[in-house]
Order: sequence, then structure tokens, then C-alpha cells
Amino acid sequence: MQTSLSQEFELEVPKENKRNSGFQHWLKKEGSAYSMVSMYVILFLIFIAAPVVVAGLLSFTNFDTIQFPRFIGLKNYITLLTQDDIFMKYVLPNTLQFAAIVGPGGYILSFLLAWILAQLPKLPRTIFALILYSPSMTSGVAMAVVWKTLFSGDQTGYLNSFLLGLNIIQEPIQWLQSPQYLMVIMILVTLWSSMGVGFLAMLAGLLDVNPELYEAARIDGIKNRFQEIIYITIPSMRPQMLFGAVMALVSTFQAGAIGVVLSGSNPTPQYAGQLIVNHIEDYGFLRYEMGYAAAVSVVLLIMVLLLDRLAVNLFSSEDYL
Amino acid sequence: MKKRGLFHYSAIYSSGINPKGFHPSQLKFYILLLPLAALMLLPIIFIFSNAFKPPDELFAFPPRFFVINPTFKNFSDLFSTMSTSGIPVSRYLFNSIVIALVTILASILVSSTAAYALSKLNFKLKKTIFSVNTIALMFVPIAVTIPRFLIINGLGMIDTFWVHILPALAMPVGLFLLKQFIDVIPNEVIEAARIDGASDFQIYRRIILPLIRPAIATIAILTFQATWNDAGISSLYINKEGLKTFAFYLSTLTATTSTGANTVAGQGIAAAAALILFLPNLIIFILLQSQVMSTMSHSGLKG
Repeated sequence: MQTSLSQEFELEVPKENKRNSGFQHWLKKEGSAYSMVSMYVILFLIFIAAPVVVAGLLSFTNFDTIQFPRFIGLKNYITLLTQDDIFMKYVLPNTLQFAAIVGPGGYILSFLLAWILAQLPKLPRTIFALILYSPSMTSGVAMAVVWKTLFSGDQTGYLNSFLLGLNIIQEPIQWLQSPQYLMVIMILVTLWSSMGVGFLAMLAGLLDVNPELYEAARIDGIKNRFQEIIYITIPSMRPQMLFGAVMALVSTFQAGAIGVVLSGSNPTPQYAGQLIVNHIEDYGFLRYEMGYAAAVSVVLLIMVLLLDRLAVNLFSSEDYL
Repeated sequence: MKKRGLFHYSAIYSSGINPKGFHPSQLKFYILLLPLAALMLLPIIFIFSNAFKPPDELFAFPPRFFVINPTFKNFSDLFSTMSTSGIPVSRYLFNSIVIALVTILASILVSSTAAYALSKLNFKLKKTIFSVNTIALMFVPIAVTIPRFLIINGLGMIDTFWVHILPALAMPVGLFLLKQFIDVIPNEVIEAARIDGASDFQIYRRIILPLIRPAIATIAILTFQATWNDAGISSLYINKEGLKTFAFYLSTLTATTSTGANTVAGQGIAAAAALILFLPNLIIFILLQSQVMSTMSHSGLKG
């Protein structure tokens, strides 16, 4: 026994040593790199990756936050598609309408304004860029004060008073409480603040396009500024265009709380401003149906993912034009 | 001949992209921009104007957009009132300032070290980490509020100072912009330092950090906007009133004024608080805007 153990031991020692030196070699070569990324990676896993995984898992369960989640298969998704009238009648159409206008609208507006700014000398360009960017610096909380005063429902509200004075309307309108105006105001307010990081990126991209390309294009027979944008500007700043598109996408869906902020209630009046994000909060934090809310989250994440694929296909480096 | 050539060039460079001076062809852009910029500026001007209005102007009928007799009364009211739970307003402001400062410093450290490793060092998971982070650029935090809540609750972070800071440090856009910026630094500079015997940490501290100041300024701004303006963390994860932020305090003001309970006093201090919340964003951006623009030149995303 003793001998065999020591034999084993003797046999093991060089092996262990070799592995150890392999580890030391790895530590020397990649150790500092891993120690430098580790903090970010750990935080990323906890606060970004794990919530997505948990949302996926919970979406197959029934979970009321008190009892342990109970596996129920696809039932949440089936309920969402077949029985959730509010989702089908209000939330989904509202979200599609809001996203279809605010997403591409804000994006095209950002690009056009960045393009116009790029045609101006540095000082006026900087001043205008600051003005256009400043709405995106405001927070929902600070702006709630402003919007509630400007769109106040009685005759002392600024918009009502202005329109009454011009005789355009005869009596004050409950802007933020009436279903037919809430969505319009949500869209306008979000468009107002849509010149954010993506806008700055596209402005920087426009300024970096090699001016010789424009000269060459003129020789090649490009006639007007519009052709210039389509054939020279956009293709040469494709990476910034894609970055801007991704940022527009995120801020569109991230802006989902605006209806609740403006109207001051979740659900919004007659579900007029109800978006998927509000629906998730409604089920998660008001009704404590966490499993169902998670299923809605997964649907939202898939929507964002698909739209992102679309943006990548539009601006990917290969097969363009 | 030479003179004509010069004239020709100055004409080109004052029209078209990034002109050097004024050119009549730019007039149409000013005509388009001026009214739009004025319209977009109105709500911002309103934040300023409203904050300095005395009570009789706040409730004047017909309402007036611009303040006539500006006063600091709203600000002194703001700091002399207590919140409904007996916490002085200065406490919320103090919390917000500390949280913003700590988060900015930690975010710069966490993102810039990771960005340096992803850009200039070689290791096995490098490509995977960067491409996962690029996918996470389109991560919509608001979509996973509920699982995030469950995880933060499970980690015992409810009612702690950390819940304000740690989640904000995982910022895919920040890492992305920093990494793109570091990519531009020539490898020769780093190789030369390595031959001189510098370790990876020394290279990061002595060479990379001084060269990426614009990108760091950009990360600082983005982190500041995300934390300073945030009321969601205080309302979701914090029950202790003494740990909540100024943005959260402002959100309680607008909630109470809509019910009409303390309308008259409430609107004035809400207007003052809205200005205090907005102003630092504006000042910091004005100070750092040229750095932000040079960072954005490298923001390109390859599909």
C-alpha cells in the first residue's frame, strides 16, 4: 500500500508540476487581461445577462412572488396570444404605432438635422447641436413638471389658453386625459427628445466623410445633394448609421413609460397610451403575476431583437447597394 | 493663376460639408433650423422661466410663458420644506451628488480597464465578450425590470447604497465607445512600452488613460445622465427615505400636485427642483462637448 501510494505520488508530482507551470504560463500570458475584464463581466452577468435568462425561465411558470414558481409550460404565451384582450386590442397596436412613428421618425429626423448641421461652420453648428441635443438630457421626472403645466386640462393650461385666445378651440381640452390626444402628445414629446447619442454619432460621422469623395463624385456626374447623400454620404458612414439606428431603437422602447408619466396613471386613460412596457409593470408590480409579466418581457425582447436584425441588414458592410 | 486657385478653394470650403466660414448657400439651412430650434428650445426655456416665477405669476390667468418679476422664493421654499416623511430636501440632493460621483468614478475604472483588455490584450474569450456586449447595446433595461428586481432582491441589495451604483456600472454603450476609441491607439506605442518592461497595468495607467481622456469624458456624461436623472431605482429598490435621490423627490412633488392637495406651494418648488435637476446636465455637456464629439467619431458599429 505504502509503496504504491508513494509510487503514485512520485508519478503524480511531475504531472502536477507540469500542470502548474501551464497554469502559471496562462496566468502570465492572460491573467492580467482576465483580471481587467472580470469586474465588468461579473456586473454584466448579474445585471444584464441574468435578468434576461430569468425572464426566459419565469415565462414558463406561474409565479406570484410568495410561492415558489410552478412550471406551466407555454400557458402564459397562449394566454397572451388568445385571451389577453387588452394586449391585443390596445397594448400591441399602441406599441406598434408608437414604435413605427417614433423609431424611424426620430432616426430620420436625427440624420437630416445632423446633415444640415454639417453644412454649417463650427460655431453655429455647435450651438445648434447643443440646442437639439438638450431635450435628450432632460429627465422624465423634470419634464413631467413642464408637460403637466403646458398641457394642463383647464383653461389656465398654456396650450389651452393659447388656442382659446386664437379661437381655434371653444373650450379647454383635457389633453393628457383624453384618449384621442394622449398618444399624439406621447409621440411628439418623444420625438422632441430623440436627438440623443445617435444624433451626435451621425453628426461626427458626417464630418468625418473624406471630402475628396464628394469631389470625385462630382466628376463622376453626381448632380445634386440628394444623390450625394444616397451614393456617397450614407455608404461611407454606414457604421455610424447603424450605431444611430440601434440607439434609436433602444430609446424608442425605453421611452415606454412616457404615457404613464404624462397621464399620471397606470393603466393610462382607456388604455390609450398603454405600451408593452406599461403592460409588464401592470402585471408585475400591480397584479403580482410575475410569470405572465416575464412572458410579455420575452415578447418585447424578441421584438427588439428582430428590429435590430433589420437595422443590421440595412447597414451591414456586405451586400450594400 | 495662384490667386484664382486660392479663391476657388475658399469657395469650396465655405460651402458643402464642414465649411470654414459663412457662404450664402448656407442661408436656406439657417431658415430651416432657426424656427425648429426655437420651438424645441421652448420647453427648456420654460424650465428656467417657471422656476423664477412668484406665486401670482405661476397661477396667473391668462398664463404667461416668461417670468416678469423673477424671484428666488421657490428655491428658498424648496430648501426650507421637508418631504412628507420629514427628510430635508438637501439630504436627497446630497444623496444624488454622492451617488453620481461614486458611480462616475467606478464606471470609468470598470469600463476603461475592460475596454483596454478587449482592445489591446490577447485572451481566449476576447471576441466572445465583445460580441455579447455589442448585442447588449440594444438591451432595453425597462423590459426586464421584474427579473432584475428579483435578482437584486435575492442578492440582499434592497435598501442599500449599492443598488444605486452597481447596476449602473454594466453599461454596454460605455464599454463599446471606449473600446472603439482605444482601437485607434497604434499598437507600436504599446509594444515599445512592453519592450521597456512595462506591465499591462502600467501600460493602462501611463499610456492608455492619458490618451483616452475624450472617451472618458463621454462615459462620465452618459453615466451622470443615467444616475442623476433616475427616480426608478429609488422607487423600486429603496424603502428608507434617507437613501432616496433628488430625482425621486421631484417625482413625488408632481404626484402630489396632481391631486391638488398642496398645489399652490407644490408647483413653485417643483419648478425650482426641475431646474436644479436639469441644470447640471446642461453645464457638464457644454464643458465637455468637444470631447464627446471626438469620441463619437469612433462610434461606428459594423454589422
